[in-house]
Amino acid sequence: MKETSPLNLYKQLPQTNCKKCGEETCMAFAAGLIARSRKVEDCTPLIDEKKYAKKLAALKTIVAPELKLVYIGVGDRQVKVGGEDVMFRHQMTFFNKPPFAYDVSDNMDEAKLVERVKKITTWRKFYIGKWQGVEMIAVRSVTDDPAKFAACVKTVMANCNGFPLILCSFNPAVLKAGLEVAAKAKPLIYAANKDNWKEVAQLAFDYKVPVTLSVPFDLDALKSMAVTFAGMGLTDLILDPGTAPNGKMLQQTLQNFINLRRAAVEEAQRDIAYPTMVLPINAWLTTEDPVRAAYWESVLTAAFVIRGGAIMIKHSLEAYSMMPDMHLRFNIYTDPRTPVQVKPGIYKVGNPGAESPVFLTTNFALTYYTVESDIASNGIDAYIIAINTDGIGVQASVAGGQLTPTKILDSFNEAAFKWEDQKYPAMVLPGMAAKFSGELEDLFAGKAKIMVGPEDSGRIVGWMKDFWPPK
Amino acid sequence: MAGKITLSDLNKTLSEMNVQSLEGVKIEGDIEIEIDAGAGGVGPLFAYYFGQEAAKIAMQLMNFAKAVGYPVENLMAPVATAAAIAPAPKDLAAAAAAVPAFKVASALASAKFAVGTDKSWKVPIQEVTIGATKADGGSRGHVVKLGGEKAMPFFPDATMPHAPKITMDVFDMPIGMAKAVKMHYEDVINSPGEWAKKAVDKFGADMVTVHLISTDPLLKDTSAQDAVKTVEEVLQAVDVPICIGGSGNPNKDPIVLSKAAEVAQGERVLIASANLNMDWEKIGKACVDNGHVCLAWTQLEINSQKELNRKLMKVAGVPRESIVMDPTTAALAYGLDFAYSNMERIRLGALKGDEELTFPMSSGTTNAWGVRESWMVRSPNKDDSDWGDRMLRGPIWEILTGYSLAMAGVDIFMMMHPLAVAYVHEITQSLMGRIDVKTPDTSAWLKMGV
Repeated sequence: MKETSPLNLYKQLPQTNCKKCGEETCMAFAAGLIARSRKVEDCTPLIDEKKYAKKLAALKTIVAPELKLVYIGVGDRQVKVGGEDVMFRHQMTFFNKPPFAYDVSDNMDEAKLVERVKKITTWRKFYIGKWQGVEMIAVRSVTDDPAKFAACVKTVMANCNGFPLILCSFNPAVLKAGLEVAAKAKPLIYAANKDNWKEVAQLAFDYKVPVTLSVPFDLDALKSMAVTFAGMGLTDLILDPGTAPNGKMLQQTLQNFINLRRAAVEEAQRDIAYPTMVLPINAWLTTEDPVRAAYWESVLTAAFVIRGGAIMIKHSLEAYSMMPDMHLRFNIYTDPRTPVQVKPGIYKVGNPGAESPVFLTTNFALTYYTVESDIASNGIDAYIIAINTDGIGVQASVAGGQLTPTKILDSFNEAAFKWEDQKYPAMVLPGMAAKFSGELEDLFAGKAKIMVGPEDSGRIVGWMKDFWPPK
Repeated sequence: MAGKITLSDLNKTLSEMNVQSLEGVKIEGDIEIEIDAGAGGVGPLFAYYFGQEAAKIAMQLMNFAKAVGYPVENLMAPVATAAAIAPAPKDLAAAAAAVPAFKVASALASAKFAVGTDKSWKVPIQEVTIGATKADGGSRGHVVKLGGEKAMPFFPDATMPHAPKITMDVFDMPIGMAKAVKMHYEDVINSPGEWAKKAVDKFGADMVTVHLISTDPLLKDTSAQDAVKTVEEVLQAVDVPICIGGSGNPNKDPIVLSKAAEVAQGERVLIASANLNMDWEKIGKACVDNGHVCLAWTQLEINSQKELNRKLMKVAGVPRESIVMDPTTAALAYGLDFAYSNMERIRLGALKGDEELTFPMSSGTTNAWGVRESWMVRSPNKDDSDWGDRMLRGPIWEILTGYSLAMAGVDIFMMMHPLAVAYVHEITQSLMGRIDVKTPDTSAWLKMGV
């Protein structure tokens, strides 16, 4: 959607202020559409009442993402691919993080296959209040044998806990065998190319599944195939413009992705505006050394997470490379419009007890986690109280009034912190909030000592040496 | 398939069902029916509704005929007409669902892909030289050039004139380091000169940064006079351009860095750094007086960066070609999103012509080692999957922190782990097309053995 004025969307709404969507007015709903916090489907009268059919159609056209949104899989684990509107994340946000599909192949023996599928589907890591994990499985046909591929897909389906699949082969007979087993779960098929596109188009139609178009390093031919498929009514397309893992072709690869994204979101070239697939797995074609391959796969992943890769096929299941990839994707796909916050309240770092200090900070996640890390990584046992400043950092919230002595008092009361259990009842203010100490002394009236800590939590270690326990 | 049919062709066309879309049907004055060939297939529902349209036309014609006196009633029984103009019967709808409205195209459509460049990028980034050779009054073996970009990094719009550079950290006293880093420096940890040498000779650093952290009142509180001896030691030990860093203490740094600037006069070092919470003017002037480059450090805030750059130029008199910015590196998992977008906005703003931002950028990539995921043996969260080998995990943390910021516009990276240095170097060079190795068949992954 390029539209930025709610007024232009309001024109296509019923304008009855019926409140059925939960908003007070249709104008508020229109603003929600602009912010992408509401969906057209949330306006039930527009959907249900025939008289609005024209408006509905017009509205849907306006709010459609610049880059086509493709759904893969069914149910809770269905993934959204593409659906982006901007080139750079600060211009709005990136909406749908590229699903990571880790590969299995049809030449694996059953026990190994099941083990790998389990590893893929159960891997997880907690970060800023959320579990991160893998979204998809890519099944490669190494044997080129339809029966073996079908058997492999069947085993994967039986063990994958509903993870959406990518069925990978250039052989239409193999793909068909896989689809016979998995079509109901709406897998993505990989891929139609210059040689097989007619058969694969027929499969995509017959089984009603999204399809990848693979035309490496020839954007004219890729576009030609996309136009042809759209002409046949097949528009759930993923584009594979080729992923060269090294050499000069790698530069070309990145530029192709940049150009495709530009064409889609900046030039509204709808006939090529489909999500792109990246193959970081190709790092494994460049070396025999598994560590080198995993490292390079991470580097390729990073490049294309940042510059518009919409879905990725990967190989390394080593935690040392999965973790950084997952965190990078999380960071880049974090919505910059809303500051990341932690839940206000008391947190324990290490094993704090009666002799431990209480450090005060805000619920801005970045600030909180920095303080937490500075304390934890130095082996200090302490409490942290995160004050609700609407996710604003210390310096800005002191200046902006979101952090005040009264709010600090209220926060301790709400958390029901027992000062009487503490041998040294004292809170440590961030150095940047030092000016509150006098007023806080009065408010806490001797219940807790007010101490001023360092301006940077990185200096808490030194501060502890000099000032803790309090004299 | 597009074409015109006359009413006389209608039956034939319908029987062959090779008409495409009802919406394309248009009745013209001479009673020709034009049909646009479009997407979708032919099914019984189409034929049904097409027939309905045709029947409506026929009805109008019959009415006309009746009006002019022709006994049309005699031609047909009136039974069918009323029933026909109604929704399609259920069995027909079912038949429509069963018959695929699909036909594989006979050939690929011809198409050309073309896309423009970003015309709003008008102003190049200031080029900044660090280091001075004998010819310029210094003693460095070569200089390092940063900046000069006319587009976002690695974009097709314009070639980057200089590859991103890496300056490796050297500390003037032993400090705590992650195990994966420490193992590379244990033998040189008490000798900044040897440390610098190792970074350059063994790890291929473009530059070294000597951090005078012992001057921190909370550490050794060494005097500026003592600290700058280390600067001399490093300048003797290596002939790459150097960066001189303070301890981060806002009261002490202006004193220490000014002294260091004097000692390094003529070498055109990068002085790290001036920020708004300290006497930036003193540091800026020390750079001007001794011919150095000033690193302008702000904390993740584009407007503060503009303010500091402006003050350094207008108040301290630092020339444009002597400013590099450090907009703060929040590492991967510790706020990289803020650092990334802040830098990307700064670079885009500069290219679009904001002259308070048109400077090369530096990243304190070593911050990656402050992230628990980079150095902890195992997760403090017992429900996490195993974190894997930290000796391998840490370097990737530093690589991705640095490399993603390279994508946002960083020109020079302050780094520590040799493997991370090598990878950031390799990927940035690759994306500039400077590494010429054979690319494998990019579809071979489908059948690869691993």
